[in-house]
Amino acid sequence: MIAFNKYYNYFNLLSSILIVVSLLLLIFKGLNFGIDFKGGTLIELRASDSKINVSSLRDRFNQMDLGDVSVKNFGNNTDFLVKFENKDNKKNIIEEIKTNLDKSFGNNYDFRRVENVGPKVSAELLKSGVIAISLSLALMLIYIWIRFEWQFSLGAILALFHDVIVTLGVFSLFNLEINLSIIAAVLTIVGYSMNDTVVIFDRVRENLRKYSDIKIFELTNISINETLSRTVITSATTLLALLAIYFFGGEILKGFSLAMILGVVFGTYSSIYIANTVLVRLRVSQKTVLRNEEDKK
Amino acid sequence: MLYFSKLRILFITLFSVLFILIASSNLFKFDDNFFDKKINLGLDLQGGSYLLLEIDNEPVIEQKLQNLTTTIRNYFKEKNIKINNIKIENQNIFFNVIENDKQSVLEVFQDENSDLNPYYPRFKSHQLEIEDTGLNFKVNFSRQGLIKLKTSSQDQAIEIVRRRVDEVGTNEPNILKRGNNRILVELPGLDDPMRIKSLLGKTANLTFRFVTNDENDRFGVEKLKFENGLEEATVSKRIIISGENLLDAQPKMDTQANQTIVSFTLDRVGAKRFGKATSTGIGKQLAIVLDGKIISAPVVRDTIASGSGQISGGFTFQTATDLALLLRSGALPAPLEIIEERTVGPDLGQDSINAGMIALAIGFMLVIIFMFIKYKIFGLITNVTLIVNLFILLGVLTLFEATLTLPGIAGIILTVGMAVDANVLIFERIKEELKDETNNILAFDGGYTKSRTAILDANITTLLAAIILFFMGSGPVKGFAVTLGVGIFTTLFSVYFIARLFTSIYVSKNKDKEKLI
Repeated sequence: MIAFNKYYNYFNLLSSILIVVSLLLLIFKGLNFGIDFKGGTLIELRASDSKINVSSLRDRFNQMDLGDVSVKNFGNNTDFLVKFENKDNKKNIIEEIKTNLDKSFGNNYDFRRVENVGPKVSAELLKSGVIAISLSLALMLIYIWIRFEWQFSLGAILALFHDVIVTLGVFSLFNLEINLSIIAAVLTIVGYSMNDTVVIFDRVRENLRKYSDIKIFELTNISINETLSRTVITSATTLLALLAIYFFGGEILKGFSLAMILGVVFGTYSSIYIANTVLVRLRVSQKTVLRNEEDKK
Repeated sequence: MLYFSKLRILFITLFSVLFILIASSNLFKFDDNFFDKKINLGLDLQGGSYLLLEIDNEPVIEQKLQNLTTTIRNYFKEKNIKINNIKIENQNIFFNVIENDKQSVLEVFQDENSDLNPYYPRFKSHQLEIEDTGLNFKVNFSRQGLIKLKTSSQDQAIEIVRRRVDEVGTNEPNILKRGNNRILVELPGLDDPMRIKSLLGKTANLTFRFVTNDENDRFGVEKLKFENGLEEATVSKRIIISGENLLDAQPKMDTQANQTIVSFTLDRVGAKRFGKATSTGIGKQLAIVLDGKIISAPVVRDTIASGSGQISGGFTFQTATDLALLLRSGALPAPLEIIEERTVGPDLGQDSINAGMIALAIGFMLVIIFMFIKYKIFGLITNVTLIVNLFILLGVLTLFEATLTLPGIAGIILTVGMAVDANVLIFERIKEELKDETNNILAFDGGYTKSRTAILDANITTLLAAIILFFMGSGPVKGFAVTLGVGIFTTLFSVYFIARLFTSIYVSKNKDKEKLI
C-alpha cells in the first residue's frame, strides 16, 4: 500500500500555490484568445517556393495595412498561419490579399484554410463558451449533490475548479491559443475529473459503511489504494489515446489534445490530493454517511 | 449476472452484426436501400465553405415606417380625422390630432379587428404599439411586430439566397435559418467562395429611372454616383420599372458594338410601363440603377414596346453573367453581411482525414497492446469488445447519417481510451472479490454488481459534458459532442452485453481454475 496520505499537506500546499499562480496569470497576463473569441481573420497558407518564409510573408502582410499581423510556421516549413484583426470586417479582404501576394510570389502558394469571424460572432461565441463551462460545472454540482453528502460534493467541486483553473493557467503561462476546441476540451476535462473523483468517493463511502473504527485519514488512503490500479489503467489508456492524437492527429488538434492531456493529469492528481483531503479536513466519519441515509428514509 | 439465455445471445449477436454491416456500408457499396447510408463528412474534412449571413433589417424597418405614415394619413382621412405633424424619428412615428379625435384614433389602434394594426392571436399582441404622450401619439413596432417583420424578411432572403446559390451550381448546398435574422450557408467542396460571397453581398435592387434636371420633380430627386465612382447624375425618385418586373435576364454578346450586355425580358405590367415611358421620354436619359449606383444611363431613342431590352455598361463576360444571375434571382429584402466565414480547402480536409485515421489506428493499437499486457485473456476480451464497440459506434453514426468532423474523430479516439474504464472497473473489482471468495462464478457476479454504481456515475458525468457541448457548441465541436455522447451508449452496451457474454463463457469453462484474472 502506498501512503498517499503522508503527503496530503504538501500537495495541498502545492495545489494552493498552483491555483493562486494560475489565477494571477489569468488576471494579469490573461489568455491568448484566438479569432473564435477575439474576432479577426486567419489564413493557413502552404507555399511551394522557398522564397516564401515567415519574414517575407510578414513583410508582405505588414504592407497591406491590416493592423496587427502575426505570421507563424504551422507544423512544418512550408505551412504558415497568418492572423490579423481585420477590425473593419472588410468585405473583400481575402481577394485583396491574394492579388497582393500574387504580385510578389506568383502562383507558388495556396490558401488551405480561411477563417473570418466578425466581432459580433466572436462575442457570442465567447459568451456561449463561458456559459457552457459554467453550466457543466453547475450540472456536475447538482449531480454530485444528489449522489453524495455535501462534504463529498465540496471535495469534488474543488477538485474540478482546480483542474479547470490550473489547465487554463498553463495555457496562459505558455501563451497557448484558446479557441472553440479548447472549450470542448475543458468540458471533457470537467467530465473526466468528475468521473475519476466519483470512483474513489464511491469506494470511500463503501468503506465508511464497512469500517467504523478507521479514521478518515487512513480510510481515504485505503480507498485510493484499492482503486489505484483502475485509476492508473484508465488514465494510461486515455493518455495513450490522447498522445496518439497529439502526435499524429495533425496541427489543428494539437491544442485540443494538449489541453486534454493536461486535464487528465491534473484530474487524476486532484481526485487523490484535493477531493480526498477535503473529506479529511471536514472530518467525515461513518456518522456522516449513516445520518444522511437516515434522513433520506 | 453470468447467465445468458439463448435468445439473449442471439439478440446480442444480431444487434452487433447489424451495426457492423451498417458501419461497413461506408466502405462497400450495397444495393439495398437500408445499407445505402453514409456518415457525412463535415466541412473541415471534405473541404468547403461555411458562411453565416446577417440580415440588416434597419432599412426594412425604415421603409415599412415610411409606408405606414402614408397608410395612417389616408386611413384617417377617410374617417374625417386629420393627422397633423406626422414624422419619423428614431424608428418611431409621431403625430398629433385634435382632442376630440383622440379617443377614436386610440380605438382604431387597439381594436382586435383593426385593418390598420393587425392583431396576432398567436402572440396575443398587435403589430404596432401606440403611446399617448399627452399632446402627441408615438407609434412603433411592438416586440412581436418586429419579430414578424424580421422572420418575414428572413423568409424572403433565404429564398433569394437559395436561388443565387443554386444558380452558381455547387453540389448539395445547405441553407438554414439561424435565429430570426441570420442565414447559414454551407457549401461543401467549394474551396474558393469568392464569387458566391460577392453575389450574396449584393442586394440587387434594380430600378429604371429618368435622369432629370428639374429639382422640383413631383416625386423628389436624388444624386447618384455611377458605378465607376467618378460621375454623378440627378435622378428622379419615380420608378419606371424595377427588378420585380423582370421575367428573365441573360448575358449576351452584342456583335455590332462588340461588347457584352445583359438582355432582359419584362412581364406584362413592366412591358406596358416601359413602352409608355420610352414613348413619352424620347431624347431623355434613362438611368439603370443597381443598389444605389448607376450602371448606365442611355438616351431613349425609340419607343420600346416589345417588353425586352438590354443593359450595357462596360461589362466583362463574367460581370454580365453575374448581373444577369442577380437579376433573375431577384432582390434581397435587405442587405446581408457575412459575419462569419470558415473555408477549408479539399487537400487540407483530406490531410485531416488521414491524420485523424492514423491517430485513431495508433491510439487503438496502443490501448489494445496495453490492455493485453495488463490483463492477458481478459485484455483480449476487452480488446474484442473495443473493436466491436468501434464498429457499433460507426454504425450508429451511419444510421443517423451524423456529420463526422475532425474533433469528432478525436472524440472517437477518446472514446476508445475511456471505453476500457468500465471493463477495468469490473475486472479490478473481480480481483478484489477473489481475495476472499473461492467460487469463481460468485466472485464474477460480485464484481459486476458492485462496480455498477461507479460505472454509471462515471458515464453520466461524461454524458452531461457531452450534452452541454452538443447544445452550446457549433460546427466541428458539435461533431465531437456527438461521437463522445454516442460513444458512451455503445460502450455501455458492449461492456454489459458483449464483454459480459465472453466473460461468462470463459468463466463457466474455467470454474475451478485458480488465479483466474
